[in-house]
Amino acid sequence: MSFLTQPMGRPLSPSPMHIPDGFLSVAVSIVLWVISVIVLGIALRKTSRELGEREVPLMGVLAAAIFAGQMLNFSVTGGTSGHLLGAALATILLGPWAAVLVMTSVVSVQALLFQDGGLLALGANIFNMAVVGVFVSHAVYTLVQRLANGRPWGVLVAGFAAAWCSIFVASLSCGLQLALSGTSPANIAIPAMGGVHALIGIGEGAITVGALGFLYAARRDLLPIGQAQPASNRSVLVGGGLITLVLAILSPLASAHPDGLEWVAEQHGFLERAQGALYNLIPDYVMPGIPNDQLATIAAGIIGAVIVFGVAYGIARAERLTAAQEAAER
Amino acid sequence: MDARVKILLALAFILSLSLTPPGAWPAYVLYLSVALSAALLSRLGIGFVLKRALLAVPFVLAALPLIFTGPPPIHSSLLFQSLRISFSPAGAERFASIAVKSWISVQVAILLAATTRFPDLLSALKQLRVPRQFVAIVGLMWRYLFVIGDEASRMIHARSSRSAAAAGNRRSGGSLWWRARVTGGMAGGLFLRSLERSERVYAAMLSRGYNGEPPALDPTPLSSGDRAALILGGVAVVTLLLLGLLTGR
Amino acid sequence: MEPIIEVEGLSYTYPDGKQALHEVGLRVMPGEKVALVGANGAGKSTLLLHLNGVLSGRGRIRIDGHEMGKSTLAQIRALVGVVFQNPDDQLFSPTVYEDVAFGPIYQGLDQSTVKERVLQALAAVHMADHADRNPYHLSSGEKKRIAIATVLSMQPKVLVFDEPTAGLDPRARRELIQLLGELPQTMLIATHDMGLVEQLTSRTVVLNQGRVTADGSSARILHDEALLLANGLR
Repeated sequence: MSFLTQPMGRPLSPSPMHIPDGFLSVAVSIVLWVISVIVLGIALRKTSRELGEREVPLMGVLAAAIFAGQMLNFSVTGGTSGHLLGAALATILLGPWAAVLVMTSVVSVQALLFQDGGLLALGANIFNMAVVGVFVSHAVYTLVQRLANGRPWGVLVAGFAAAWCSIFVASLSCGLQLALSGTSPANIAIPAMGGVHALIGIGEGAITVGALGFLYAARRDLLPIGQAQPASNRSVLVGGGLITLVLAILSPLASAHPDGLEWVAEQHGFLERAQGALYNLIPDYVMPGIPNDQLATIAAGIIGAVIVFGVAYGIARAERLTAAQEAAER
Repeated sequence: MDARVKILLALAFILSLSLTPPGAWPAYVLYLSVALSAALLSRLGIGFVLKRALLAVPFVLAALPLIFTGPPPIHSSLLFQSLRISFSPAGAERFASIAVKSWISVQVAILLAATTRFPDLLSALKQLRVPRQFVAIVGLMWRYLFVIGDEASRMIHARSSRSAAAAGNRRSGGSLWWRARVTGGMAGGLFLRSLERSERVYAAMLSRGYNGEPPALDPTPLSSGDRAALILGGVAVVTLLLLGLLTGR
Repeated sequence: MEPIIEVEGLSYTYPDGKQALHEVGLRVMPGEKVALVGANGAGKSTLLLHLNGVLSGRGRIRIDGHEMGKSTLAQIRALVGVVFQNPDDQLFSPTVYEDVAFGPIYQGLDQSTVKERVLQALAAVHMADHADRNPYHLSSGEKKRIAIATVLSMQPKVLVFDEPTAGLDPRARRELIQLLGELPQTMLIATHDMGLVEQLTSRTVVLNQGRVTADGSSARILHDEALLLANGLR
């Protein structure tokens, strides 16, 4: 009974945070790809050092667990159901760098195999879910834990807070990316994303609390309670705190300006100017006597004809090949 | 076709499509026909690809506001003498362009995924210089995805078997908070058992001589057909991009 | 007397194309304990999953007179308690009490009724003093009993078991069979354990590749070597 073929919501339904291709500008996509690759590289090095040979089996199987765990749902109302993202849970149980690895694996396979999120946009999705989600969880969990000072409810409250923040802040990041790309005006994208995910975050928090409660009863030793943070994680703490602050400040600013941030407009202007420059490189008449737009039409016609011919040829060849194969088999 | 070539062509296609400015309709039509032709050639069936591509559609709502708030000029008109509604033609065009570009990109992604066996995809990634440890992790995740996924399915079945209504008119289901926490308990159990499973997998790997280094791959050279496809594909993509730049806004 | 389980012409094909059940028919009278036997892959688990609507195939299923359908699912799940093969899949709460309480809580019963049901169910499986333990730390025999309790607390009329003795050591197995003998509910038990079939059940249904190939007295079927061999049971 393959779970892939069962009508259980996932993996065929995209969630509100996996951005498909075409929604983010190329500039935004590339910047986020670069950041994600760098963080992934750091995460790989750190976990290799810490786990040694156990790295691959541990990370691989747990990534499968998170992926499968995202299938677990609970009904919210009539038709909708809530799901787990798992970034916070992974961070609390595995530590931030391992969580980055696990979440990146999950998000990547979701994009590659299930088209849950685009390929060009994968960098952004990894950034939102595996970097922001993880870093923010780590910062919030550590902070709240410290505040609770080892009291028994500390784990659950910290877990809820970490889970909620991871979802909410990741969605702000997502909204900002959409706004920066000109796909959605900032004053709609950010509040909308933030608002929806403030609710979804409650679900994530509840599930995380449930999981932590279960694990507290079954294997308390697995939960990081009041331990000192290893030095390598300090950078994540700082990073997580910074990300949360930046996004928390930037988002209301962005949404307050209906025309978008000053620099969004500037960026658009920049892109248009760049495009215009590109266009200007092409003179008005590439061919003497034929204006460019007519040329474009001719070129389009030729390309179209080539495509049609190519496809017909390809199909004909494929059919000849299979016919020859069948004849040979007889 | 070699998986590396497919990956590179798919990425190039999506990249150039993303670079194409809004309103480049002639170019979009050609991009679409390339995608549909590829679907035809792959013998997957256009229906299959188009149906699955619709999954990206809901996200389009994110760009919907552009129709009303998009780049100027914005036409304002009064509806029913009290409701002011604005309309931006440039915004509408941008919205439509985003929808079309996204739809076409998803088709290409579907083609890539459906025509490539996962192990081939992984070895292609390895050859394309993706860190080997990461590819090994993804490979192992893939291997256990179905096993653990089936476990999750069984847990869901077990839970729904105990989700009944009592006689009488009491509301069933418990509170939302409780339901979410129960789901969390399921996740916790799944995680715990997976942790233990990973220890067993590790032990099995060790007993087969695993020492932490994923096996190196002998690089397979590209066949001439693949090289031709790569070059032709590259040229086609660049041409389409130029066409897009010429016909867009 | 009306049958409490009635299955007519049930066929089911998995989404990946494999046809698991072909026109299966089955009747269980109240109070009967019936064994469902067959080789691995014969379709036993698939059939069981239809009895409380987790899977739905073509054909008719009636439980205690109620026709199985979307609107009756919630009712039927209160009537039919399914105990799955792997207790870990069914025990997902931090304490035994909460696991056994899941069913009644979901049904919307009030606190005191829930408590009553839980204690009754735990007593029935002889685990009353384990209410506060974490299910994770129980032995496999104890887990199986708690899994049964999680279903008993809903006070079903029918109990359905998928391989109840699989993986148990001889003592736990003996105790489980004894427990099943004590419980008064009608039972349908899918199993490979021929000893259990002999001890507990009066009737046996044989499944082979999704079809019912024999349905009769357990004593007769268990001693029909040719039949057992033909159906992958020997």
